[in-house]
Amino acid sequence: MRALVLIFRREFAAYFATPLAAVFLAVFVGVSTGMTFFVSNFFDRSQADLSSFFTWQPWLLLVLMPAVGMRLWAEERRLGTIELLMTLPVQPWKIVLSKWLAAFAFAGLALAFTMPLWITVNWLGSPDNGVILASYLGAWLMAGAFLAIASCISALTKNQVLAFIGAVIAGFIFVMAGFDLVLAAVRPWAPDVVVQVIASMSFIGHFQRITDGVFEASALVFFISLIGFALWLNVQILDARKAA
Amino acid sequence: MAVGQALVETRALIKSFGPVRAVDGISFTVGRGEVVGFLGPNGAGKSTTMKMIAGFLEPTSGSAFVAGFDSQRDPISARNHLGYLPEGAPAYPDMTVADFLAFVAGMRGLSPAQGQRRLAELVESIDLADVWNRRIEALSKGYKRRVGIAQALVHDPDVLVLDEPTDGLDPNQKHEMRALIRTLAPTKAIIVSTHILEEVEAICTRAIVIARGKMLADGTPADLLAHAPHRDETMPQLVKTTPLEDAFRHITLDQAGV
Repeated sequence: MRALVLIFRREFAAYFATPLAAVFLAVFVGVSTGMTFFVSNFFDRSQADLSSFFTWQPWLLLVLMPAVGMRLWAEERRLGTIELLMTLPVQPWKIVLSKWLAAFAFAGLALAFTMPLWITVNWLGSPDNGVILASYLGAWLMAGAFLAIASCISALTKNQVLAFIGAVIAGFIFVMAGFDLVLAAVRPWAPDVVVQVIASMSFIGHFQRITDGVFEASALVFFISLIGFALWLNVQILDARKAA
Repeated sequence: MAVGQALVETRALIKSFGPVRAVDGISFTVGRGEVVGFLGPNGAGKSTTMKMIAGFLEPTSGSAFVAGFDSQRDPISARNHLGYLPEGAPAYPDMTVADFLAFVAGMRGLSPAQGQRRLAELVESIDLADVWNRRIEALSKGYKRRVGIAQALVHDPDVLVLDEPTDGLDPNQKHEMRALIRTLAPTKAIIVSTHILEEVEAICTRAIVIARGKMLADGTPADLLAHAPHRDETMPQLVKTTPLEDAFRHITLDQAGV
């Protein structure tokens, strides 16, 4: 437990050791509010809700979460500190988990910085705050899923740019899983069950159900199991590289 | 553990990277009080062997033991007895020396109070006071290497595996590092890799010569000297070499079949 806390603290602080955190938070808040007001025309809709904010989250997180997660392992490998970290008397899964938790907490902080929008919408009207809270939680979990994927891919390389691109591509497939772009590539050769399964992996599908006010347990279970699986795979990748 | 008992043991260690055999059947033991110098040309397999002892790499076959614990099967126990300085003395550049060493101390299971006490001792013995609150990225090579040593000593381990501890240090720093290793020697088993021959004479009780993944010699520095070909003193030397250099060249060039 102590190791988890120590690694978490180190990793979380690492984001703030460079201007990265400030730049990232500014970009995240700037772009998400910009999209809400200028692209989705928040005011013209005359509706007291945040759907014009949450619509953009899958796309924004798809690009920005890999930027947070790309360093998780690639940087350790480039610096050589991975050799130090992995020879400390700690089980690898604890290191994987606490690194991810630090990135997840950072994503939570970024989302928290958009809270003024929530306050504004309450000032202008009376939104369904339950749905907004659920949507925030959904967005955070989705961010966690993107981060787990990024962490996994980051463990494959010491090049952060490669890790970023790989994580965006993998994330894109998950975001688009419910759309024809992905399904059309699978449908001709795969049995229906497989197509169904892939369609059910859609980040947008799960996230939309949450923002529509149907806080389904299935969406929660989906994101949490995906995070669990990606982190498990992350541990396996580290283990395999040890034997390589 | 009793004096002389094996604290490090490798049994027929083999590591292949694809078709390349980086380490090819290395077996040796190191007891308390010994300082073993790993000697060999670049790319000989010294670092790979050390990584396997530390449990960072998994051997293709064979095994490595630290204080009797298998580095692969019982990694946590093995690592608890091991201080390891990886090649290049990596450390987190964004942390201060104090934060970094406190982090390692915590990860090594020292309580904050124990950690503080231990770090206070290390600041003295490794002379880190001047850079204590400086970020690691701003340190000179010499200080960075010392931080790496401090990190390896935090939990006062029985076994030290140091990959090129004096690489990149100036002559004074080299001297200090060697003095430090000598003071640590009586209570620990230490393995030091180097390609600097004088280092072996300066600090090692034993030298193991490795080239192309194979152990070519294992003995005291004096034993090693016996390998030196007889030099005809009447012949002028183009390049001045020491007898130890002659021995090293003789072992690594002849027996590796170059």
